[in-house]
Amino acid sequence: MHIIVCIKQVPDSTQVKVDPKTGTLIRAGVPSILNPYDHYALEKALAIKAKTGAKVTVLSMGPQQATAVLRLALALGADEGVLLSARAFAGSDTWATAYALAMAVKKIGSFDLVLCGQMAIDGDTAQTGPEMAYHLNIPQITFCESIDANGNTVVVKKLIEGGHQILQADLPVLVTMTMPADYVAKYPSFMAAHKAQDKQVLTWTDADIGADPHKLGLEGSPTRVDRIFPPPARAKGEIFSGSAVELASKFVEILKKERVVK
Amino acid sequence: MIQIAQNCVGCGKCTTVCPFGALSLVNRKAVASNACTMCGACVSQCPVGALSLPASTAAKKDLSSYKGVWVFVEIGTDGQTQHVRSVGCELLSKGRELANQVGEELCAVVIGSNVSPFFAEISQYGTDKIYVIDSPAYAQYNTAAYANALGTLIKKYNPSVVLFPSTFVGRDLSPRLAAELFVGLTADCTGLAIKDGNLIQTRPAFGGNIMADIKCPDYRPQMATVRPNVFKKVVSAPGKMAQVVTEMIAVPVDAAKVRVISTQFDPPATGKKLDESEVVIAGGRGMKNKAGFDLLENLAAKLGGTVGASRAAIDLGLKEKDKQIGQSGVTIAAKFYVACGISGAVQHVCGIEHSDVIVGINKDANAPIFNVCKYGLVGDATQILPRIISQLETKK
Repeated sequence: MHIIVCIKQVPDSTQVKVDPKTGTLIRAGVPSILNPYDHYALEKALAIKAKTGAKVTVLSMGPQQATAVLRLALALGADEGVLLSARAFAGSDTWATAYALAMAVKKIGSFDLVLCGQMAIDGDTAQTGPEMAYHLNIPQITFCESIDANGNTVVVKKLIEGGHQILQADLPVLVTMTMPADYVAKYPSFMAAHKAQDKQVLTWTDADIGADPHKLGLEGSPTRVDRIFPPPARAKGEIFSGSAVELASKFVEILKKERVVK
Repeated sequence: MIQIAQNCVGCGKCTTVCPFGALSLVNRKAVASNACTMCGACVSQCPVGALSLPASTAAKKDLSSYKGVWVFVEIGTDGQTQHVRSVGCELLSKGRELANQVGEELCAVVIGSNVSPFFAEISQYGTDKIYVIDSPAYAQYNTAAYANALGTLIKKYNPSVVLFPSTFVGRDLSPRLAAELFVGLTADCTGLAIKDGNLIQTRPAFGGNIMADIKCPDYRPQMATVRPNVFKKVVSAPGKMAQVVTEMIAVPVDAAKVRVISTQFDPPATGKKLDESEVVIAGGRGMKNKAGFDLLENLAAKLGGTVGASRAAIDLGLKEKDKQIGQSGVTIAAKFYVACGISGAVQHVCGIEHSDVIVGINKDANAPIFNVCKYGLVGDATQILPRIISQLETKK
């Protein structure tokens, strides 16, 4: 069994600060991490590997620095890594990204299961996985909390409105994963990271995957930014400072004034 | 990389709008670095039109035959009875507005089994036409079956706009179709409008504290998803009945590759839902840990409120995911909303801005939450909350 896990390097949203003057993000110095949903998907793939001896290949698209998340995945136990990186991919929206990733999956060759995180935390679209599944002409199951591979099928627990479903699917299939609230990402030991240094990370360009140039980058992206603007400001309210006791009293006053309590 | 023409006057306006910090002035001319993602945000900001994206080499499609605003109206179930998901009615209401602007039809698409009881309800939002695919084969959502059915209708009738609810079904179906149709799709829009014949899709962008208007000028249909509660339901045609167009579309064999083994619905939640609560107390990363969230629960219980959380707190595992407030979570419209230890990034503010009174409690006096709240308390919420709770207790 061969599992391909798609992963993305993203800015660590828990460390991003906002410039109080311009309202834009201060990106300088913000560390990059493996997108948490992808981290979870990778751990699920490695669990299947532990049970069935499956091979796990990790695939990412991004600048050369994104090799770091592929290295992390290899240290966690993935077998091979592929980075898609070229100027031709710049300006890609989810359509063009999904197309390029799907072409890379086809080049990797035979596979049984493609696992993706539900979405990347720097875009929040949850579109790239299903769009890839279309380009690969395979079924998709999205928003899954757990997955178990069993011979020629997978069984997943998928979230639906107000509950969940247990679904079974024939291979090959693409599954997007969403982690439970209490999920804590695992990181490799120093020894594991050291041992993984011999594993290979391939870098492929647009030429390597035989992609149609009209479907890559800006050219392959239907969406355009018309304009960006700061969020509309509300009328500035009253701001209070003081000791915790003073502020607590102020809060209780506000509760009365706004008739939340009598 | 973004193209910068010689007529750049070095005003520097573009350097302040680039969400990636990729533009700078060198010798009084704008220069783009490798950080440029060609997002195009700077193009409209240049006063002399010196910035441009590389021109497309593909032949432009003729888009004039694409007409009509469509809404995919999802039929939900609680395991017992079917109902029209509310977000579908909200989208029809917004869709009516958009259709009026361009002078086109508003159409609903309904796929399911035994859906005719819902036509009157769907019609009252000003719906002109309902395209219906009604068969026991569509009783349960299946990606291949629904994508084939809706895709067939879109290719047959060429709508200009297709709106989807940002539900588990809408978010599974719409990207699959967008890939097939080679069209753009904008997720979780917080605003929709028509400008120069294009659908302008507003959403927070680039993971930052900034909004973007997205358009798809060269592709049709224009597709977008919208979360529940973002738009208001407006019954604009009470008693009117839409024209019903019934279509027969067979389920493709591929649909059998994914099979439902079992379906389980959660027991009805004990407390009120976030989007139905008058008082909502939410916590962010500043609440630090479970003990911090216990304080929120305690205060909420005293005020008859419900506890929610910011994305950052959810990521830390401090609260269940369905309690996330914001653009990619629940949109609330509370009478009284308290944000504790929440910085107030635009993604969060999108989900709370319909609330009447917003109170922010944050250590950082520069936190953006203080720009949107009626009352701001600059201090550590984990210190202030215990004192609020004890004051409320002694009062009784």
